Amino acid sequence: MRFLMVLILVFVIPSFGFSMHIMEGFLPPAHATFWYILSIPFFTYGLFAIRKILKENPKQKMLLAFVAAFAFVLSAMKIPSVTGSCSHPTGVGLGAIIFGPTTMTVLGAIVLLFQALLLAHGGITTLGANVFSMAIVGPLVSYFVYKLLMKTGKRTLAVFLAAFLGDLLTYVTTSFQLALAFPDKSYGMWYSFAKFLGIFAVTQIPLAIIEGFLTVVVLDMILKYNEEIALGGER
Amino acid sequence: MEKKHIYMLVASLVIVIFSLIINSGAEFAGADGMAEEVISQINQDYSPWFSPLWEPPSGEIESLLFSLQAAIGALIIGYYFGILKGKRQVKNDSGKNIV
Repeated sequence: MRFLMVLILVFVIPSFGFSMHIMEGFLPPAHATFWYILSIPFFTYGLFAIRKILKENPKQKMLLAFVAAFAFVLSAMKIPSVTGSCSHPTGVGLGAIIFGPTTMTVLGAIVLLFQALLLAHGGITTLGANVFSMAIVGPLVSYFVYKLLMKTGKRTLAVFLAAFLGDLLTYVTTSFQLALAFPDKSYGMWYSFAKFLGIFAVTQIPLAIIEGFLTVVVLDMILKYNEEIALGGER
Repeated sequence: MEKKHIYMLVASLVIVIFSLIINSGAEFAGADGMAEEVISQINQDYSPWFSPLWEPPSGEIESLLFSLQAAIGALIIGYYFGILKGKRQVKNDSGKNIV
């Protein structure tokens, strides 16, 4: 009987869902709704933040497109990790440092929507949860780590750790979301959390290091030609 | 580009190559596929209640869309750096013209 169940599962589960986000239909409706509701305020605030940026400094339109493109490219790159599986960076740390966290909520949501609709990676029902982990927690962590570490005056270190931790905590959040929805029947939620962490977070560590390096390189290149940019959302 | 940046890019490459070497027998499938396995271990009764509206018909089409995503992004990134560089060049050149 159990064998039959597994067999059915194998056919029910889409054979290629290689996104590193929570797959379509893999959160119970109540959970999916909860994460949507939690994400909406950040998204709305982000829309206003973007409007403010474009109104006060229309020249930054191009830079805004740039940080969106950076997230677009990085989240398309599936990179092999030491664990023998693949995952991808998020690329939202860069934009969070330049424009503030909620701007990246909107841009990240666009990236996630694109992947859900055209690539069947992630999903419409799990969009709220994926936006929360990749486009809210990630950018918030990056932003505050950057702000905090800039007090030491070491920009390279601040940018690296901001991007690294933002990337990593995205996947810690994903693990937490899955653990909440799928607590282990005998050992409870934290047991599940550890299991999902073992997959997502461990795979992600080397990729988060790469994301940290790329963010430092790209941000330094932008600053080299564009000294007037105020980082950390300070204008 | 500073030396620091070159080290960082080389280190990134080394991380990827190292991953491929120490786990050369591995499948390198997506991490979410592994998560699906864990979910089915934890809760055998769970079946997804919604399926994607559209799925790429094959792995080839999927990689086409992925490379398009990366290409469009890379185009914008290159365009932006091109503008920045061009602006600086114009600034430098106009200085020369006066002399």
